[in-house]
Amino acid sequence: MSLVNLHQVHKYYGDHHVLKGIDLDIKAGEVVSIIGRSGSGKSTLLRCINGLEQYQKGGITLDGKEVTTDDIQVRRLALSVGMIFQNFNLFPHMTVGENVMLAPTIVLKKSKAEAEATARAMLEKVGLAEKFDSFPEKLSGGQQQRVAIARALAMSPKVLLCDEITSALDPELVGEVLKVLEQLAKEGMTLILVTHEMNFARDVGSRVVFMHQGKVWEQGDSKTLLSNPQTDELKQFMGAVL
Amino acid sequence: MIEFSNYDILRNLLFATQWTILLSLAAFVGGTTVALALTAMRLTRNAIMRTLVRMYVELFQGTPLLMQMFLCFFGLSMLGYEISAWGAAILSLTFFTSAFLVEIWRGCIDTLPKGQWEASRCLGLSFLQTLRFIILPQAIRVATAPTVGFSVQVIKGTALASVIGFVELTKVGTMLNNATFEPFKVFTLVALIYFMLCYPLSLYSKHLEKKFNVSR
Amino acid sequence: MLYFSDLLQYSDVFFSGLMTTVELTVLTTFLGVALGTTCATLRQYGNLAGQRIVSVYVELIRNTPFIVQLFFIFFGLPAIGIMLSPWEASMIALTINLGAYSTEIIRAGLASISKGQVEAAKVLGLNFRQTLTRVIFIPAFEKIYPALTSQCIIVMLGSAVISQISVQDLTYAANLVQSRNFRAFESYLVTALLYLGLSILLRFAFNALGKRLFAYRSVQ
Repeated sequence: MSLVNLHQVHKYYGDHHVLKGIDLDIKAGEVVSIIGRSGSGKSTLLRCINGLEQYQKGGITLDGKEVTTDDIQVRRLALSVGMIFQNFNLFPHMTVGENVMLAPTIVLKKSKAEAEATARAMLEKVGLAEKFDSFPEKLSGGQQQRVAIARALAMSPKVLLCDEITSALDPELVGEVLKVLEQLAKEGMTLILVTHEMNFARDVGSRVVFMHQGKVWEQGDSKTLLSNPQTDELKQFMGAVL
Repeated sequence: MIEFSNYDILRNLLFATQWTILLSLAAFVGGTTVALALTAMRLTRNAIMRTLVRMYVELFQGTPLLMQMFLCFFGLSMLGYEISAWGAAILSLTFFTSAFLVEIWRGCIDTLPKGQWEASRCLGLSFLQTLRFIILPQAIRVATAPTVGFSVQVIKGTALASVIGFVELTKVGTMLNNATFEPFKVFTLVALIYFMLCYPLSLYSKHLEKKFNVSR
Repeated sequence: MLYFSDLLQYSDVFFSGLMTTVELTVLTTFLGVALGTTCATLRQYGNLAGQRIVSVYVELIRNTPFIVQLFFIFFGLPAIGIMLSPWEASMIALTINLGAYSTEIIRAGLASISKGQVEAAKVLGLNFRQTLTRVIFIPAFEKIYPALTSQCIIVMLGSAVISQISVQDLTYAANLVQSRNFRAFESYLVTALLYLGLSILLRFAFNALGKRLFAYRSVQ
């Protein structure tokens, strides 16, 4: 049974044809890395999956339900899809704990005590239990991103979307974030990542999707595909990245 | 003719200042209330609402406050709606204040990264929840300094109410001038009183701005 | 009922009022921005005394109503021997008013120019005046151009007040017409729309000028 299904998805920005008929089927527990040059449409694809961007043709279903940008629909989606952004998007006027507790209290209507317990557990999980009362600006980029992960996890999502979540980090901080992701993958969380981290894609990911010019150019098992790319475009891309 | 001593002049002016302050307060309260509603309208994704707000701003920022007062005062009464100078002044100053505040606040809200909206959306917050918990608390911090700064414009704007006959500081100034024939003294005093009302607010606004920039 | 046709016979009154407002606006915009540029330069690069004087001027004007400034100049100054016609008093008051506001705005533009630009000019052997006119002014104005445009429009709209010292501007025309035909609402509404047209026109003119001044932006 597929968790996320895209069928012939087309997306335009005005005249610009960004996604040209994407077919993709992702099962629960998969760790899918979407790779490709900038402008290949990979971030747009991710943002269509949780309704942040409107697509014009085709269909996306999540757990069997259709995805639209309709406000109510997006809110329902938020219950099953978590999203982590490149630049964290933590709420600067709230403490770390408040950031994580906010959505569970006002969206899921959990009691404060329950939400706090969840928040502490999630922060523990990303290794930041002691930062509960700190403000985001006092944290390093890597720590902020881990808080963002905890914030998404607190909503117990079925799938986590990660949009280049290590790209804004200093190189020495990338590892701590990837380690958290690896842990989540081991626990069976479904992850869809847009990423430039090839090693992570190969070692942790179960599947790699290579996007080129708005299409899924090539995809397959991560180890096989990355060690033995079929198309010239992927070979070129890997040559440029490595 | 009655003789006016310096004391009489000052006493009359200070008495009139109360009306200037009262009118300013009323206009500021009215203006912020309307501006809040307009800001909420503008933030919705409804294109008609946003166009309406844009037209409102264009109309009241693009025409003289004095003309708005004339329209509210002479115009409305010609159309059969009796309105006092006090009412017309409050009404037109409310239009004026809200049209500028809604623009100022929009600027403040726009400085917040788009990611704040997106993150809220991804966490399942509704539009109103996003406004209340995420956008407003941050926007208010940014908006306080320019809003206090704009209150100076409101106080100065109330001076125009003298033209439609509302008896406040400027009106009493012209009346005293006609009675004493000492325009230099009278208008210097009037200007000084306005300055003493406005300058502290200007300073406070600057102080807030500095404080905010440091804390960022 | 509204009777706009009753206004038609007064179209020449409106037109001459409009022209007076346009004339004063064009003149005071140039003079005011020139004054503002001078004061801003003094404030940013001048000696302490110059900075102080400019500060006092700016704060005094910004914290008092325009109508009081106008009355002070027109009614008050004759008491110390300075006689001015309504037109002259208005022009001076508007220039001084715009000058103060534009000083604040332009100074912010000057402050935004990095030290590196000034140093680079110095190293190349430009003197202070050349550095200002050739290196600093254009990018500084570009930064604050929208704010300056808005301020000029605000001052133009504020000029409606000069009708109170019987300058025969657009507002004066509106008052005159409504006192003759008692069509206050129509008269003021038409006048308000004329002002709206003027402010749109002024913004348009500023944009056109801006395109020329900052042409280097479009040449890439």
